[in-house]
Amino acid sequence: MKTIIKLLKIAAAIFFIAGLIILPHYLKFHHQDLLIFLTVNVLVVASYRIVTLTGEWSLIHAVMMGVGAYTAALLFKHYDLGMWFTLPLAGGMAGLTAALLSFPLFRMTQFYFLIGSFAAGEAIRLIWMQFIIPFGGSGGISGIEAPMVGSIDFMNPIPYYYLALGVVSVCFFILYRIEKSRIGMTLHAIHWKAPLAQSVGIDTWRYRALAFVIGSFFVGIAGALKVHYLGTITPNQFGIGFMVFILIWVIVGGYNKIYGPILGVALLTIFDESIRGFGEIRPAIYGGVLILSILFLPLGLESIPAKFFSWCGIGGSSSDGPPP
Amino acid sequence: MELIFQSTINGLIQGGFFALFAVGLVLIFGVMGVVNFAHGELVMVGAYTVWLLHAQKGVPFILVILIAIIVVTLIGLLMERLLFRPTRDDPLAGLICSIGILFILVVIATLVGGDGPSKQVPPPYQGTLILFDSLRIPYQRLFGFFVSAAGLGTLWYFLTRTKLGWALRAVAMDREASALQGININRISMIAIGVGGALAGLAGALMAPLTNINPHMGHNVIITAFIVTIVGGVGSLSGAVIAAVIYAVFHTFMTVYFGGVVATICGLLLMVVVLIVKPTGIMGVRVSE
Repeated sequence: MKTIIKLLKIAAAIFFIAGLIILPHYLKFHHQDLLIFLTVNVLVVASYRIVTLTGEWSLIHAVMMGVGAYTAALLFKHYDLGMWFTLPLAGGMAGLTAALLSFPLFRMTQFYFLIGSFAAGEAIRLIWMQFIIPFGGSGGISGIEAPMVGSIDFMNPIPYYYLALGVVSVCFFILYRIEKSRIGMTLHAIHWKAPLAQSVGIDTWRYRALAFVIGSFFVGIAGALKVHYLGTITPNQFGIGFMVFILIWVIVGGYNKIYGPILGVALLTIFDESIRGFGEIRPAIYGGVLILSILFLPLGLESIPAKFFSWCGIGGSSSDGPPP
Repeated sequence: MELIFQSTINGLIQGGFFALFAVGLVLIFGVMGVVNFAHGELVMVGAYTVWLLHAQKGVPFILVILIAIIVVTLIGLLMERLLFRPTRDDPLAGLICSIGILFILVVIATLVGGDGPSKQVPPPYQGTLILFDSLRIPYQRLFGFFVSAAGLGTLWYFLTRTKLGWALRAVAMDREASALQGININRISMIAIGVGGALAGLAGALMAPLTNINPHMGHNVIITAFIVTIVGGVGSLSGAVIAAVIYAVFHTFMTVYFGGVVATICGLLLMVVVLIVKPTGIMGVRVSE
């Protein structure tokens, strides 16, 4: 029985990967665009997960993505650096910014941290708006191009999709390893029993800051990926509106398991696309779905299979919830 | 010199409006433990009510203010009953629900008024009071200031002189202990969000003739409310009022001399500094973990 399940899992994984690879060839141009943004957003939610592992919900993640995107855009425009350099540098800049911000921000916890991170992010965003040089004000920067390697022009959606998929997969694998490593376990420990973690000698401040820096590093890379495809960047792309979407994806998907947020971003992107015909009332439908999922599915979409199995009476699924 | 006096006066009047919605946010957070992200949209609904009924349909301004208060209060009560009560044990869920409401209210406003240019409401009170030959205060602002002061005064009376107000403050201090004393938490939560909603509706109605009305005006309102709440001290109503006045004067001066964006950046930085140096705010008391 166990080997069958294992084989099934492997088959499903192969099927899934093959699907990801052939998918863009069967899509219209507009949907190919969407697929690339979805791929980038997977990295956004996966990196946000590292930040939230300690139980602190920050509202600065979207702005950190912007820090990465602006770094990539400015490096490209002024120093003509290719994407291979701007991606890590964008991540590094976002990580550095996070490291500097962690000194004031992690003096706070819970509600204060939420509001404090919101304020710090909004201040950074308004600085982009205010200073035309070098940030281009509210019009932003445009003309950022994707690289060309040999005869492969990454301006086209399909090659760029493979590039994004590759980068995001590598980043996701690293994030996954971090979560399963001792650092990740420590972050979990801080979430569920901070005083206990402290009493066994864990410096909670340092680990919270570390999670924040790691998450920001990877979301900076996501920002660079996005800006190289989109070609333009404005401060409003990284406002509270986008931050709210990140929260929605994570919460509707479910934040107890690593694949929950990814499920959330994928399904909600498809859902969002399918209600495109509703035009301006679309945000209200989104808001309604958000409320309904909070009220009736507080653990997110990822809890559905477990619920289903326990309802059928097959196997007790272990949740990553707090110990009793 | 005249500019300084004029800015101070403008700031003080602005502070009255800030205080109205910030106090509502503090009240809701204190009693229910929910950060109401849709609070700015409640103000927006108040302003839209005035635009729709006064500017479009010609209903008298005073009557419209009352209608705006009632409409927003009802929205608040619905939010409490349908969203915040089922999610009371999980502050994050309450926050997310309020974001959902935010989306819905913005869409309703867009459907009602269209997504065109910002709307203007012609001030129902024309004319300007001129003091010392140079200070100019439009009657509309003066009216708004006195009404908001009266609103805050009524709230103060309610909270400190009535039994219900005492119960409300007790719940804000310790929910379980108040429940043990026989206070009905559900009823007090309804009253808290009702009062918060009424104040937000009043603020929206009073600001309507003085500002640009559009579906996204709630964004600036909520940022202002956060700054005021944090600087004043979370959970402190008098702190919120004082901080509202200080921040409004500060913001007016910065706007006059450096422009609106720099003013908001400085406000946000001020808030971060307060969070670092004195997280409990200027009037806050130390809260044990």
